[in-house]
Amino acid sequence: MDFFGRLTIDSLPFYSAIAASGAGVTVLGALSVMAVITYFGAWRLVLFDWVSSIDHKKIGIMYVMVALVMLMRGFIDAAMMRSQQAIAYNNEGYLPPDHFDQIFSSHGTIMIFFMAMPFLSGLINLIMPQQIGSRDVAFPFMNSISLWLTTAGAGLVLISLVIGKFSTAGWTGYPPYSGSQFTPGVGVDYWLWAVLISGIGSTMSGINFLVTIVKCRAPGMTMFRLPLFTWTVFVTSILMIFAFPALTVACGALMLDRTLGFHFFTNEAGGNMMNYINLFWLWGHPEVYILILPAFGVFSEVVAVFSQKRLFGYISLVLATMAIGILSFTVWLHHFFTMGSSARVNSFFGTMTTIIAVPTGVKVFDWLLTMYRGRIIFKPPMLYTLGFLVTFVIGGLSGVLLALPPIDYLMHNTTFLIAHFHNMIIPGVLFGYLAGYMFWFPKAFGFKLNEWWGAASFWCWIIGFYLAFMPLYVLGLLGMPRRMEHYEIAAWQPHLIVAAIGAFIIFLGIVCLGVQLAVSIRDRNKALDLTGDPWNGRSLEWATSSPAAPYNFAVVPQVQSIDAWWDMRRAASLMSRPAEYEDISIPKNTFIGAVIGGAGFVFGFAMVWYIWWLAILCLAVIFVAIVIRASDDDTDYVMPASEVKKIEDARFAQLAKAPKNEMADDPGFAGQPMPEPST
Amino acid sequence: MRPALAYRSLALALGAALLCAGCSVIDGPVLDPKGPITLAERDLLFQAIGIMMIVIIPVFVMAALFMWRYRGTNKSARYTPNLAYYWPAEVLVWGVPAAIIVWLGLHLWHDTYKYDPYNQIDPSVKPLEVQAIAQDWKWLFVYPEHDVAVVNELAIPVDTPVSITITSDTVMNSLIIPALGGQIYAMAGMQTRLNLLADKPGTFWGRNVQYSGTGFANQQFQTLATSKEDFDAWMEKAKQSSQPLDAATYEKLAKPSEKVPVTYYSGVEPGLFDKIIAKYSHGDVDREPHAAHADSAAEPAE
Repeated sequence: MDFFGRLTIDSLPFYSAIAASGAGVTVLGALSVMAVITYFGAWRLVLFDWVSSIDHKKIGIMYVMVALVMLMRGFIDAAMMRSQQAIAYNNEGYLPPDHFDQIFSSHGTIMIFFMAMPFLSGLINLIMPQQIGSRDVAFPFMNSISLWLTTAGAGLVLISLVIGKFSTAGWTGYPPYSGSQFTPGVGVDYWLWAVLISGIGSTMSGINFLVTIVKCRAPGMTMFRLPLFTWTVFVTSILMIFAFPALTVACGALMLDRTLGFHFFTNEAGGNMMNYINLFWLWGHPEVYILILPAFGVFSEVVAVFSQKRLFGYISLVLATMAIGILSFTVWLHHFFTMGSSARVNSFFGTMTTIIAVPTGVKVFDWLLTMYRGRIIFKPPMLYTLGFLVTFVIGGLSGVLLALPPIDYLMHNTTFLIAHFHNMIIPGVLFGYLAGYMFWFPKAFGFKLNEWWGAASFWCWIIGFYLAFMPLYVLGLLGMPRRMEHYEIAAWQPHLIVAAIGAFIIFLGIVCLGVQLAVSIRDRNKALDLTGDPWNGRSLEWATSSPAAPYNFAVVPQVQSIDAWWDMRRAASLMSRPAEYEDISIPKNTFIGAVIGGAGFVFGFAMVWYIWWLAILCLAVIFVAIVIRASDDDTDYVMPASEVKKIEDARFAQLAKAPKNEMADDPGFAGQPMPEPST
Repeated sequence: MRPALAYRSLALALGAALLCAGCSVIDGPVLDPKGPITLAERDLLFQAIGIMMIVIIPVFVMAALFMWRYRGTNKSARYTPNLAYYWPAEVLVWGVPAAIIVWLGLHLWHDTYKYDPYNQIDPSVKPLEVQAIAQDWKWLFVYPEHDVAVVNELAIPVDTPVSITITSDTVMNSLIIPALGGQIYAMAGMQTRLNLLADKPGTFWGRNVQYSGTGFANQQFQTLATSKEDFDAWMEKAKQSSQPLDAATYEKLAKPSEKVPVTYYSGVEPGLFDKIIAKYSHGDVDREPHAAHADSAAEPAE
């Protein structure tokens, strides 16, 4: 047995200039991050305040940082695909098939698993506990494990660029192609272990969020007073818990096929690839709702705050969210109507799919009716929401078209499908997360993001989106299949050139996001959020200071209505200070979550390269870490009432200096909450 | 950014996208069908887009109208900050989409049965039988009634139903000729079926659209839809081929290769198609592995 398994010096990417430069950028990126930390002498801060932190707000911020890094990596993949297809008419372009295939595989994998999932977990972690008036999530330590397992998966995808190759089997990894007979290298194994390890993290996140919402709500916060964002998190968590095991089973079985020569999904010996495909989409379809429901939640919060009006149709929106959650488990077969199933099977799944359009349509109309007779202020989060509303219905339309099996026979596997799901995921998911990022950034850091650059990023994103994806609908009607590395049909090229221009404008949108962050940090003192409520908000997360104290709420609030914070301010009840504070118990920082994540990363790497001794060692490390943690009874520390009082005194002194809401200077401002007019 | 400027740039982007859509799409395979199946699938596409405009257009109109009318600076517009429920609106937002989905669902059910790719197009006519075998990265078509096989070319007579049985001798593939109809997967050890008909003569491209590895982009073929006479002449030409497709030749052909020129074989290994399926299924050749299809065929297909 080889000491390093199948890892040799030839695994380094010196066989191709493009692969080598990709590896170079990855290594340089990692080195420069370390250099910056060293330059600022911040290692202590990074390790002891962040890596070891199990504060839900810090974990949330770290999740979003992972997501933004992976967004850039995933976008580079997209830009390479778009430019390859723009030039590859009747020639090979600049990417050989093997490289192009890795790029579309890593693009999808990164964007779904390592951009959207961490972004989602980050926003939920940061905001949901504050929205329900809680001091933390239910299982703070498990939260840390989830974060570091997700990061371990992202790390495996990144390191595949430097050592070895990534999968060429697409983000869905369909067997038998992804089996060892057809793709014997390490690529699919990297994909499998990245997905398996981060999938465990996601399942634990789902459990954590669900228990938090069920058990940790403030007094008076009944289920039907939950803010819509928390409602969507509730449904998303249930979907995570029930859907991710299907993915884990599918990938686990495929891993057994590949590593130990099993025959779950092989061509021969009784394997059946359709079993994988059923299991994969049994997770995969709920997954798209896992991603989009919290974005719907963000839109619901943003549209009410920036229309300065109560959310219209709260009960309808909650019921629609629940309906989508349940229906999402009844439609998976629409991803493969073309497997030769009977008309009876296809028409059932087609009908169930079109039914999902009803609750989704309800949501869109309720958001529009929230704007009706409001006073709309066009801040960046609201711009993203409006862009979403208009663009998303086009994606909904194409989704219903694809749900009709006779149309799907024609459009399946074409760029029409690509245009459809990007039309759902970019305006629906990503715009929602970016709206949430700009909306809640002050809550995380205590200052607002620059609004001009935020608006600029929005316009680049939406114009770029239309230019990049409308041509793909047309190309679908022209019959262009997805994943074409080159082509011989001249009529396709003009559309692909327009799409590449669109991708470039999206790139400008990403640049704007970067500039926005840099400019905002530079000018932070001019945009400080002193009140903790920069947008004249409605729900409880605006009742804490920005950034929130480690305990969020010194006094657990008493909730009386849906728009809890708005109504408290109307009744002017929260601003009164208690006579005495109490001691607050807060979980201590620990490195064990990071150790488990790190060991998970090395374990994945060892399994990819068949370095068995290392894999066993890592499992032992994880086991020992869990035993150590489980035998530790001293996991919390108590913040004495005097220290709470000191923090709160400082906060109220700051509040006294800023009596006015930050939105009050906006020409569209309609006023602070006032007693209900008697009409 | 000022709203007015913003609307203008959005309109510009939309305009550019539409302009781009206008050119060349009209004669694309889907919008200019050459057979009744694609025609029906296209018409369903148009109908569905039309009916959904009932909800799509109001969204556009309401979004534009509300954004303008209820902009914060317009203090003359009515402002009702506590309006959160109005039952007629709730009835409408649930009812209208639901009604559309009922309409669509009925069409969906009906058309899914009617255009099931397994349905014979004209039960009164005996279809031309073709066996399609997916290989890395080419298509082998066998004409069992003529004892002829051909790589990367499919000839069919116009106005004659064609029944293609499909399997794969490699990873999963998907066979489509977009001008004539939709796609069906090709899977090793299994057989699927696709019924097509060309009602106009011409040369239409077909290919694998399920990604299958490095040669995927090159896995395409031409479909020659010709008059009965020309088809017979094509068949004569194929039969002139000196090369038979025996087991040894097949083995060599099945190895991965790209851009394989059109090759004709006269004399095909007996039962070749079934043997390829049997290779992966313990020798068990189930001609119609999807039992559900047996009863769907019994449904009134009209």
